[in-house]
Amino acid sequence: MIHISELQKRYGKIEALRSINLDFDVSKVVALVGPNASGKTTLIKCLLGMVIADAGTILFDGKDIAGDVSYKKRIGYMPQIGRYPDNMRMGYLFRMMKDLGSNRVFDKFDEELIEAFGLPTMFNKPMRALSGGTRQKVSAALAFLFDPEVIILDEPTAGLDPLASELLKQKIAREKAAGKLILVTSHIMSEVEEMADQIAYIVEGEAIFYKTITEIKSETGENRLGQALFHLLHNRI
Amino acid sequence: MTKIIKYILHDIFRNRILLAYVVLLSLSSFGLFMMNEDVSKSLSSLLNVLLIVVPLVSILFTTVYFFNSYEFIELLVAQPLRRSSILLGVYCGVGLSMLVVFWLGVGLPVILFEGTEVGWYFLLSGSLLTIIFVSLAFLASVLTRDKTRGIGISLLTWFYFTLIFDGILLMVMFAFSDYPLEKTTILLSCLNPVDLARILVLLKMDISALMGYTGAVFEQFFGSAIGIGIALTVMIAWIAIPLLLALQIFKNKNL
Repeated sequence: MIHISELQKRYGKIEALRSINLDFDVSKVVALVGPNASGKTTLIKCLLGMVIADAGTILFDGKDIAGDVSYKKRIGYMPQIGRYPDNMRMGYLFRMMKDLGSNRVFDKFDEELIEAFGLPTMFNKPMRALSGGTRQKVSAALAFLFDPEVIILDEPTAGLDPLASELLKQKIAREKAAGKLILVTSHIMSEVEEMADQIAYIVEGEAIFYKTITEIKSETGENRLGQALFHLLHNRI
Repeated sequence: MTKIIKYILHDIFRNRILLAYVVLLSLSSFGLFMMNEDVSKSLSSLLNVLLIVVPLVSILFTTVYFFNSYEFIELLVAQPLRRSSILLGVYCGVGLSMLVVFWLGVGLPVILFEGTEVGWYFLLSGSLLTIIFVSLAFLASVLTRDKTRGIGISLLTWFYFTLIFDGILLMVMFAFSDYPLEKTTILLSCLNPVDLARILVLLKMDISALMGYTGAVFEQFFGSAIGIGIALTVMIAWIAIPLLLALQIFKNKNL
Protein backbone atom coordinates (compact mmCIF):
# COMPACT_ATOMS: atom_id res chain seq x y z
CA MET A 1 0.00 0.00 0.00
CA ILE A 2 2.75 2.44 0.99
CA HIS A 3 6.27 2.01 -0.31
CA ILE A 4 9.00 4.30 0.99
CA SER A 5 12.45 4.22 -0.50
CA GLU A 6 15.63 6.13 0.31
CA LEU A 7 13.70 8.94 1.98
CA GLN A 8 15.88 11.79 3.20
CA LYS A 9 15.16 15.06 4.94
CA ARG A 10 17.39 17.69 6.52
CA TYR A 11 16.40 20.71 8.59
CA GLY A 12 19.40 22.95 8.14
CA LYS A 13 22.25 21.04 9.73
CA ILE A 14 20.09 18.43 11.41
CA GLU A 15 19.56 15.23 9.47
CA ALA A 16 16.02 14.24 10.43
CA LEU A 17 15.78 11.31 8.00
CA ARG A 18 18.93 9.67 6.70
CA SER A 19 17.58 6.94 4.53
CA ILE A 20 14.26 5.33 5.23
CA ASN A 21 13.15 2.22 3.37
CA LEU A 22 9.85 0.76 4.50
CA ASP A 23 6.80 -1.04 3.11
CA PHE A 24 3.40 -0.95 4.74
CA ASP A 25 0.59 -3.33 3.85
CA VAL A 26 -3.14 -3.36 4.44
CA SER A 27 -4.83 -5.14 7.35
CA LYS A 28 -1.84 -4.44 9.54
CA VAL A 29 -1.06 -2.29 12.51
CA VAL A 30 2.50 -1.05 12.21
CA ALA A 31 4.16 0.66 15.15
CA LEU A 32 6.90 3.21 14.54
CA VAL A 33 9.11 3.02 17.60
CA GLY A 34 12.30 4.85 18.44
CA PRO A 35 13.90 7.37 20.75
CA ASN A 36 12.73 10.97 20.92
CA ALA A 37 13.78 13.07 17.92
CA SER A 38 14.59 9.96 15.87
CA GLY A 39 12.50 11.13 12.93
CA LYS A 40 9.17 9.37 13.47
CA THR A 41 7.05 12.50 13.25
CA THR A 42 9.06 13.80 10.29
CA LEU A 43 8.43 10.51 8.50
CA ILE A 44 4.70 10.83 9.14
CA LYS A 45 4.67 14.44 8.02
CA CYS A 46 6.46 13.41 4.80
CA LEU A 47 3.76 10.81 4.22
CA LEU A 48 1.13 13.52 4.59
CA GLY A 49 2.95 16.03 2.41
CA MET A 50 3.24 18.49 5.30
CA VAL A 51 7.00 18.27 5.05
CA ILE A 52 8.61 17.91 1.65
CA ALA A 53 11.43 15.38 1.51
CA ASP A 54 14.81 16.28 0.02
CA ALA A 55 15.35 12.96 -1.71
CA GLY A 56 13.71 9.56 -2.10
CA THR A 57 10.20 8.56 -3.06
CA ILE A 58 6.99 7.59 -1.37
CA LEU A 59 4.63 5.48 -3.44
CA PHE A 60 1.01 5.32 -2.34
CA ASP A 61 -0.74 2.46 -4.09
CA GLY A 62 2.04 2.53 -6.68
CA LYS A 63 1.74 6.28 -7.35
CA ASP A 64 4.36 8.82 -6.35
CA ILE A 65 2.86 11.29 -3.87
CA ALA A 66 5.11 14.21 -4.87
CA GLY A 67 2.92 17.03 -6.15
CA ASP A 68 -0.26 15.06 -5.59
CA VAL A 69 -2.97 15.67 -3.03
CA SER A 70 -5.78 13.31 -4.01
CA TYR A 71 -4.15 10.39 -2.16
CA LYS A 72 -4.79 12.25 1.10
CA LYS A 73 -8.47 11.50 0.65
CA ARG A 74 -7.59 7.99 1.76
CA ILE A 75 -5.61 8.95 4.86
CA GLY A 76 -6.83 9.92 8.30
CA TYR A 77 -4.31 11.67 10.53
CA MET A 78 -4.18 12.27 14.24
CA PRO A 79 -1.33 14.65 15.11
CA GLN A 80 0.77 14.39 18.23
CA ILE A 81 -0.50 17.74 19.46
CA GLY A 82 -3.79 18.70 17.88
CA ARG A 83 -3.89 22.43 17.29
CA TYR A 84 -7.18 24.01 16.27
CA PRO A 85 -8.47 27.52 15.67
CA ASP A 86 -8.99 28.95 19.15
CA ASN A 87 -12.31 30.66 18.61
CA MET A 88 -13.95 27.83 16.72
CA ARG A 89 -16.56 25.81 18.57
CA MET A 90 -16.12 22.06 18.55
CA GLY A 91 -19.41 21.40 16.76
CA TYR A 92 -18.52 23.96 14.11
CA LEU A 93 -15.09 22.35 13.65
CA PHE A 94 -16.68 18.96 12.93
CA ARG A 95 -19.25 20.53 10.60
CA MET A 96 -16.48 22.38 8.77
CA MET A 97 -14.31 19.28 8.39
CA LYS A 98 -17.27 17.31 7.05
CA ASP A 99 -18.06 20.10 4.62
CA LEU A 100 -14.44 20.34 3.42
CA GLY A 101 -14.23 16.56 3.03
CA SER A 102 -17.72 15.96 1.69
CA ASN A 103 -16.27 14.27 -1.39
CA ARG A 104 -14.21 11.86 0.70
CA VAL A 105 -16.84 9.39 1.84
CA PHE A 106 -18.94 6.96 -0.16
CA ASP A 107 -21.67 6.29 2.29
CA LYS A 108 -21.59 8.18 5.55
CA PHE A 109 -19.18 9.65 8.05
CA ASP A 110 -17.73 7.42 10.73
CA GLU A 111 -18.92 9.20 13.86
CA GLU A 112 -18.47 6.26 16.17
CA LEU A 113 -15.66 7.85 18.18
CA ILE A 114 -17.43 11.21 18.47
CA GLU A 115 -20.29 9.39 20.15
CA ALA A 116 -18.10 7.02 22.18
CA PHE A 117 -16.03 9.86 23.61
CA GLY A 118 -19.18 11.79 24.48
CA LEU A 119 -18.06 14.80 22.46
CA PRO A 120 -21.53 16.04 21.39
CA THR A 121 -22.18 17.32 24.93
CA MET A 122 -19.23 19.71 24.44
CA PHE A 123 -20.10 20.90 20.93
CA ASN A 124 -20.76 24.42 22.18
CA LYS A 125 -17.35 24.92 23.74
CA PRO A 126 -14.70 26.85 21.84
CA MET A 127 -11.55 24.84 21.10
CA ARG A 128 -9.33 27.01 23.31
CA ALA A 129 -11.40 26.09 26.37
CA LEU A 130 -10.78 22.36 25.96
CA SER A 131 -8.33 20.34 28.01
CA GLY A 132 -5.40 18.59 26.33
CA GLY A 133 -7.11 15.21 26.64
CA THR A 134 -10.33 16.44 25.08
CA ARG A 135 -8.38 17.89 22.15
CA GLN A 136 -6.76 14.48 21.71
CA LYS A 137 -10.23 12.96 21.57
CA VAL A 138 -11.22 15.49 18.90
CA SER A 139 -8.07 14.66 16.91
CA ALA A 140 -8.76 10.93 17.15
CA ALA A 141 -12.39 11.35 16.12
CA LEU A 142 -11.29 13.46 13.12
CA ALA A 143 -8.76 10.83 12.01
CA PHE A 144 -11.51 8.22 11.68
CA LEU A 145 -14.23 10.59 10.45
CA PHE A 146 -13.87 9.91 6.73
CA ASP A 147 -13.54 6.15 7.10
CA PRO A 148 -10.11 6.23 5.38
CA GLU A 149 -8.10 3.24 4.21
CA VAL A 150 -4.95 4.39 5.98
CA ILE A 151 -5.00 5.79 9.50
CA ILE A 152 -1.93 7.50 10.94
CA LEU A 153 -1.87 8.08 14.67
CA ASP A 154 1.01 10.00 16.25
CA GLU A 155 1.19 9.03 19.93
CA PRO A 156 -2.56 8.52 20.13
CA THR A 157 -2.96 7.54 23.76
CA ALA A 158 -0.69 10.21 25.28
CA GLY A 159 -2.98 12.30 27.46
CA LEU A 160 -6.08 10.16 27.00
CA ASP A 161 -7.91 8.85 30.05
CA PRO A 162 -7.92 5.04 30.54
CA LEU A 163 -11.47 4.60 29.26
CA ALA A 164 -10.86 6.70 26.15
CA SER A 165 -7.60 4.98 25.32
CA GLU A 166 -9.31 1.60 25.64
CA LEU A 167 -12.08 2.78 23.33
CA LEU A 168 -9.47 3.95 20.85
CA LYS A 169 -7.58 0.64 20.95
CA GLN A 170 -10.80 -1.28 20.34
CA LYS A 171 -11.55 1.01 17.42
CA ILE A 172 -8.06 0.38 16.00
CA ALA A 173 -8.58 -3.40 16.28
CA ARG A 174 -11.95 -3.15 14.49
CA GLU A 175 -10.52 -1.03 11.69
CA LYS A 176 -7.63 -3.43 11.22
CA ALA A 177 -10.09 -6.31 10.95
CA ALA A 178 -11.91 -4.26 8.31
CA GLY A 179 -8.74 -4.29 6.19
CA LYS A 180 -7.28 -0.89 7.03
CA LEU A 181 -3.62 -0.03 7.40
CA ILE A 182 -2.86 1.66 10.69
CA LEU A 183 0.42 3.41 11.50
CA VAL A 184 1.02 4.24 15.14
CA THR A 185 3.87 5.81 17.01
CA SER A 186 4.15 5.16 20.70
CA HIS A 187 6.63 5.05 23.54
CA ILE A 188 4.59 2.66 25.65
CA MET A 189 5.76 -0.86 24.84
CA SER A 190 2.91 -2.69 26.54
CA GLU A 191 0.54 -0.74 24.34
CA VAL A 192 2.52 -1.44 21.19
CA GLU A 193 2.49 -5.14 22.09
CA GLU A 194 -1.26 -4.98 22.50
CA MET A 195 -2.03 -3.12 19.28
CA ALA A 196 0.65 -3.73 16.68
CA ASP A 197 1.61 -6.57 14.37
CA GLN A 198 4.90 -5.16 13.19
CA ILE A 199 7.49 -2.81 14.59
CA ALA A 200 9.70 -0.47 12.63
CA TYR A 201 12.47 0.69 14.92
CA ILE A 202 13.84 4.08 13.89
CA VAL A 203 17.06 5.55 15.23
CA GLU A 204 18.60 8.79 13.99
CA GLY A 205 16.56 8.82 10.83
CA GLU A 206 17.13 5.21 9.84
CA ALA A 207 14.93 2.15 10.22
CA ILE A 208 17.35 -0.24 11.87
CA PHE A 209 14.91 -3.12 11.87
CA TYR A 210 11.38 -3.90 10.72
CA LYS A 211 9.95 -7.11 12.12
CA THR A 212 6.79 -8.69 13.44
CA ILE A 213 6.39 -8.81 17.17
CA THR A 214 6.41 -12.64 17.21
CA GLU A 215 9.70 -12.61 15.30
CA ILE A 216 11.26 -10.23 17.79
CA LYS A 217 10.12 -12.33 20.70
CA SER A 218 11.27 -15.66 19.29
CA GLU A 219 14.65 -14.27 18.20
CA THR A 220 15.41 -12.96 21.64
CA GLY A 221 13.64 -15.61 23.68
CA GLU A 222 11.97 -12.94 25.78
CA ASN A 223 8.30 -12.86 26.68
CA ARG A 224 7.82 -9.16 27.15
CA LEU A 225 8.25 -6.85 24.18
CA GLY A 226 10.06 -4.18 26.18
CA GLN A 227 12.67 -6.66 27.33
CA ALA A 228 12.96 -8.22 23.89
CA LEU A 229 13.64 -4.80 22.34
CA PHE A 230 16.16 -4.00 25.01
CA HIS A 231 17.89 -7.30 24.32
CA LEU A 232 17.92 -6.72 20.57
CA LEU A 233 19.25 -3.18 20.79
CA HIS A 234 21.78 -3.99 23.45
CA ASN A 235 23.29 -6.69 21.24
CA ARG A 236 23.71 -4.26 18.39
CA ILE A 237 25.78 -1.92 20.49
CA MET B 1 -11.17 27.20 -2.37
CA THR B 2 -14.58 28.89 -2.10
CA LYS B 3 -15.23 26.82 1.01
CA ILE B 4 -12.01 28.08 2.60
CA ILE B 5 -12.94 31.68 1.74
CA LYS B 6 -16.32 31.09 3.37
CA TYR B 7 -14.77 29.86 6.62
CA ILE B 8 -12.20 32.67 6.71
CA LEU B 9 -14.94 35.28 6.19
CA HIS B 10 -17.07 33.66 8.90
CA ASP B 11 -14.13 33.91 11.28
CA ILE B 12 -12.84 37.34 10.32
CA PHE B 13 -16.07 39.29 10.63
CA ARG B 14 -16.34 38.39 14.28
CA ASN B 15 -13.00 40.08 14.84
CA ARG B 16 -13.26 43.13 17.09
CA ILE B 17 -10.10 44.80 15.74
CA LEU B 18 -11.65 44.93 12.30
CA LEU B 19 -14.73 46.58 13.75
CA ALA B 20 -12.56 49.14 15.53
CA TYR B 21 -10.81 49.84 12.23
CA VAL B 22 -14.13 50.55 10.47
CA VAL B 23 -15.11 52.92 13.27
CA LEU B 24 -11.74 54.70 13.14
CA LEU B 25 -11.88 55.08 9.35
CA SER B 26 -15.43 56.36 9.23
CA LEU B 27 -14.88 58.72 12.16
CA SER B 28 -11.87 60.30 10.46
CA SER B 29 -13.56 60.46 7.04
CA PHE B 30 -16.87 61.89 8.24
CA GLY B 31 -15.02 64.15 10.67
CA LEU B 32 -12.77 65.60 7.97
CA PHE B 33 -15.64 66.10 5.55
CA MET B 34 -17.80 67.85 8.11
CA MET B 35 -15.11 70.06 9.58
CA ASN B 36 -14.00 71.57 6.29
CA GLU B 37 -16.29 73.54 4.06
CA ASP B 38 -14.07 72.95 1.08
CA VAL B 39 -14.52 69.30 0.13
CA SER B 40 -11.27 69.09 -1.81
CA LYS B 41 -9.38 70.23 1.28
CA SER B 42 -10.92 67.46 3.34
CA LEU B 43 -10.02 65.02 0.59
CA SER B 44 -6.37 66.03 0.68
CA SER B 45 -6.36 65.61 4.48
CA LEU B 46 -8.00 62.23 4.05
CA LEU B 47 -5.26 61.39 1.56
CA ASN B 48 -2.82 61.21 4.47
CA VAL B 49 -5.04 58.63 6.17
CA LEU B 50 -5.20 56.77 2.89
CA LEU B 51 -1.44 56.74 2.35
CA ILE B 52 -0.36 56.00 5.92
CA VAL B 53 -3.11 54.36 7.98
CA VAL B 54 -4.61 52.12 5.30
CA PRO B 55 -1.31 50.43 4.33
CA LEU B 56 -0.30 50.08 7.98
CA VAL B 57 -3.53 48.47 9.14
CA SER B 58 -3.73 46.26 6.03
CA ILE B 59 -0.25 44.84 6.43
CA LEU B 60 -0.33 44.49 10.23
CA PHE B 61 -3.80 43.02 10.51
CA THR B 62 -3.10 40.52 7.72
CA THR B 63 0.19 39.37 9.24
CA VAL B 64 -1.29 38.94 12.72
CA TYR B 65 -4.32 37.18 11.28
CA PHE B 66 -2.13 34.84 9.23
CA PHE B 67 -0.12 33.77 12.24
CA ASN B 68 -3.24 33.40 14.35
CA SER B 69 -4.73 31.07 11.74
CA TYR B 70 -1.57 29.00 11.50
CA GLU B 71 -3.37 26.13 13.27
CA PHE B 72 -6.20 26.31 10.79
CA ILE B 73 -3.74 26.27 7.89
CA GLU B 74 -1.88 23.29 9.36
CA LEU B 75 -5.14 21.45 9.77
CA LEU B 76 -6.01 22.10 6.13
CA VAL B 77 -2.62 21.02 4.78
CA ALA B 78 -3.18 17.49 6.14
CA GLN B 79 -6.45 17.37 4.16
CA PRO B 80 -6.64 16.58 0.44
CA LEU B 81 -6.41 20.24 -0.54
CA ARG B 82 -3.78 21.87 -2.73
CA ARG B 83 -1.46 24.17 -0.85
CA SER B 84 -1.98 26.86 -3.46
CA SER B 85 -5.75 26.76 -2.99
CA ILE B 86 -5.34 26.88 0.80
CA LEU B 87 -3.15 29.98 0.65
CA LEU B 88 -5.26 31.63 -2.06
CA GLY B 89 -8.39 30.88 -0.06
CA VAL B 90 -7.01 32.57 3.03
CA TYR B 91 -5.71 35.44 0.87
CA CYS B 92 -9.04 36.06 -0.81
CA GLY B 93 -10.85 35.87 2.51
CA VAL B 94 -8.58 38.42 4.17
CA GLY B 95 -8.35 40.64 1.07
CA LEU B 96 -12.12 40.71 0.59
CA SER B 97 -12.79 41.62 4.18
CA MET B 98 -10.15 44.37 4.15
CA LEU B 99 -11.80 45.79 1.03
CA VAL B 100 -15.26 45.66 2.57
CA VAL B 101 -13.92 47.46 5.63
CA PHE B 102 -12.22 50.12 3.49
CA TRP B 103 -15.36 50.76 1.48
CA LEU B 104 -17.49 50.97 4.62
CA GLY B 105 -15.10 53.32 6.40
CA VAL B 106 -13.81 55.48 3.55
CA GLY B 107 -15.81 54.56 0.45
CA LEU B 108 -19.19 55.47 1.85
CA PRO B 109 -18.29 58.97 3.11
CA VAL B 110 -16.28 59.80 -0.02
CA ILE B 111 -19.16 58.83 -2.31
CA LEU B 112 -21.58 60.84 -0.18
CA PHE B 113 -19.49 64.02 -0.07
CA GLU B 114 -17.35 63.84 -3.20
CA GLY B 115 -18.83 61.39 -5.67
CA THR B 116 -16.81 62.92 -8.51
CA GLU B 117 -14.01 61.62 -10.68
CA VAL B 118 -11.48 62.64 -8.02
CA GLY B 119 -13.43 60.69 -5.40
CA TRP B 120 -13.51 57.56 -7.52
CA TYR B 121 -9.78 57.79 -8.23
CA PHE B 122 -9.24 58.23 -4.53
CA LEU B 123 -11.19 55.06 -3.77
CA LEU B 124 -9.55 53.11 -6.57
CA SER B 125 -6.08 53.99 -5.26
CA GLY B 126 -7.15 53.11 -1.73
CA SER B 127 -8.53 49.72 -2.78
CA LEU B 128 -5.37 48.91 -4.71
CA LEU B 129 -3.19 49.97 -1.78
CA THR B 130 -5.22 47.78 0.56
CA ILE B 131 -4.76 44.69 -1.61
CA ILE B 132 -1.09 45.47 -2.30
CA PHE B 133 -0.34 45.56 1.41
CA VAL B 134 -2.31 42.37 2.02
CA SER B 135 -0.09 40.73 -0.63
CA LEU B 136 3.07 42.08 0.99
CA ALA B 137 1.84 40.82 4.37
CA PHE B 138 1.42 37.31 2.97
CA LEU B 139 4.95 37.39 1.61
CA ALA B 140 6.28 38.56 4.99
CA SER B 141 4.28 35.85 6.77
CA VAL B 142 5.46 32.87 4.75
CA LEU B 143 9.09 33.95 5.05
CA THR B 144 9.25 32.97 8.69
CA ARG B 145 7.57 30.72 11.25
CA ASP B 146 7.96 33.18 14.06
CA LYS B 147 5.07 35.57 14.65
CA THR B 148 7.19 38.34 16.13
CA ARG B 149 9.64 38.20 13.26
CA GLY B 150 6.79 38.18 10.75
CA ILE B 151 5.26 41.29 12.29
CA GLY B 152 8.72 42.89 12.34
CA ILE B 153 9.21 42.28 8.63
CA SER B 154 5.76 43.71 7.93
CA LEU B 155 6.40 46.85 9.95
CA LEU B 156 9.74 47.36 8.23
CA THR B 157 8.09 46.96 4.83
CA TRP B 158 5.53 49.60 5.73
CA PHE B 159 8.24 51.91 7.07
CA TYR B 160 10.21 51.45 3.89
CA PHE B 161 7.36 52.37 1.60
CA THR B 162 5.97 55.29 3.61
CA LEU B 163 9.15 56.91 4.93
CA ILE B 164 12.49 55.43 3.94
CA PHE B 165 11.82 55.23 0.21
CA ASP B 166 10.85 58.90 -0.01
CA GLY B 167 13.96 59.80 1.96
CA ILE B 168 16.16 57.90 -0.47
CA LEU B 169 14.32 59.47 -3.39
CA LEU B 170 14.90 62.97 -2.00
CA MET B 171 18.58 62.20 -1.46
CA VAL B 172 18.95 60.97 -5.03
CA MET B 173 17.22 64.05 -6.39
CA PHE B 174 19.33 66.33 -4.23
CA ALA B 175 22.60 64.65 -5.19
CA PHE B 176 21.83 64.75 -8.91
CA SER B 177 20.02 68.08 -8.92
CA ASP B 178 22.22 69.30 -11.76
CA TYR B 179 20.78 66.71 -14.11
CA PRO B 180 17.28 66.51 -15.58
CA LEU B 181 15.68 63.84 -13.42
CA GLU B 182 12.01 64.20 -14.27
CA LYS B 183 11.79 61.04 -16.36
CA THR B 184 13.84 59.09 -13.85
CA THR B 185 11.52 60.12 -11.02
CA ILE B 186 8.59 58.69 -12.91
CA LEU B 187 10.44 55.41 -13.16
CA LEU B 188 11.52 55.52 -9.53
CA SER B 189 8.02 56.25 -8.30
CA CYS B 190 6.90 52.99 -9.91
CA LEU B 191 9.04 51.25 -7.31
CA ASN B 192 6.75 52.48 -4.56
CA PRO B 193 3.00 51.76 -4.73
CA VAL B 194 2.30 54.41 -2.07
CA ASP B 195 3.88 57.08 -4.28
CA LEU B 196 1.91 55.85 -7.27
CA ALA B 197 -1.33 56.11 -5.32
CA ARG B 198 -0.38 59.60 -4.16
CA ILE B 199 0.43 60.78 -7.68
CA LEU B 200 -2.77 59.31 -9.13
CA VAL B 201 -4.93 61.17 -6.63
CA LEU B 202 -2.97 64.44 -6.56
CA LEU B 203 -3.03 64.80 -10.31
CA LYS B 204 -6.79 64.38 -10.37
CA MET B 205 -7.07 67.04 -7.68
CA ASP B 206 -5.52 69.62 -9.98
CA ILE B 207 -2.94 70.73 -7.50
CA SER B 208 -0.01 69.36 -9.47
CA ALA B 209 0.98 72.94 -10.17
CA LEU B 210 2.24 72.98 -6.61
CA MET B 211 4.82 70.35 -7.51
CA GLY B 212 6.81 72.56 -9.87
CA TYR B 213 8.39 71.31 -13.05
CA THR B 214 8.36 67.68 -11.92
CA GLY B 215 4.66 68.10 -11.39
CA ALA B 216 4.29 69.26 -14.96
CA VAL B 217 6.15 66.23 -16.25
CA PHE B 218 4.01 64.00 -14.01
CA GLU B 219 0.91 65.74 -15.27
CA GLN B 220 1.99 65.10 -18.82
CA PHE B 221 2.74 61.45 -18.15
CA PHE B 222 0.21 60.34 -15.55
CA GLY B 223 -2.46 62.69 -16.85
CA SER B 224 -2.71 60.81 -20.11
CA ALA B 225 -4.77 57.67 -20.46
CA ILE B 226 -1.63 55.66 -21.23
CA GLY B 227 0.09 57.01 -18.12
CA ILE B 228 -2.85 56.08 -15.92
CA GLY B 229 -2.97 52.68 -17.58
CA ILE B 230 0.71 52.12 -16.87
CA ALA B 231 0.35 53.28 -13.26
CA LEU B 232 -2.56 50.89 -12.71
CA THR B 233 -0.68 48.03 -14.34
CA VAL B 234 2.31 48.64 -12.11
CA MET B 235 0.05 48.62 -9.07
CA ILE B 236 -1.53 45.36 -10.15
CA ALA B 237 1.99 43.96 -10.54
CA TRP B 238 2.57 45.06 -6.95
CA ILE B 239 -0.36 42.83 -6.00
CA ALA B 240 0.57 39.86 -8.14
CA ILE B 241 4.31 39.57 -7.68
CA PRO B 242 4.44 39.36 -3.86
CA LEU B 243 1.48 36.97 -3.93
CA LEU B 244 3.11 34.68 -6.50
CA LEU B 245 6.36 34.69 -4.51
CA ALA B 246 4.42 33.86 -1.34
CA LEU B 247 2.66 30.98 -3.11
CA GLN B 248 5.97 29.62 -4.37
CA ILE B 249 7.52 29.73 -0.90
CA PHE B 250 4.44 28.28 0.79
CA LYS B 251 4.39 25.32 -1.62
CA ASN B 252 7.79 24.16 -0.38
CA LYS B 253 7.41 25.15 3.24
CA ASN B 254 7.76 22.62 6.05
CA LEU B 255 4.81 22.88 8.38
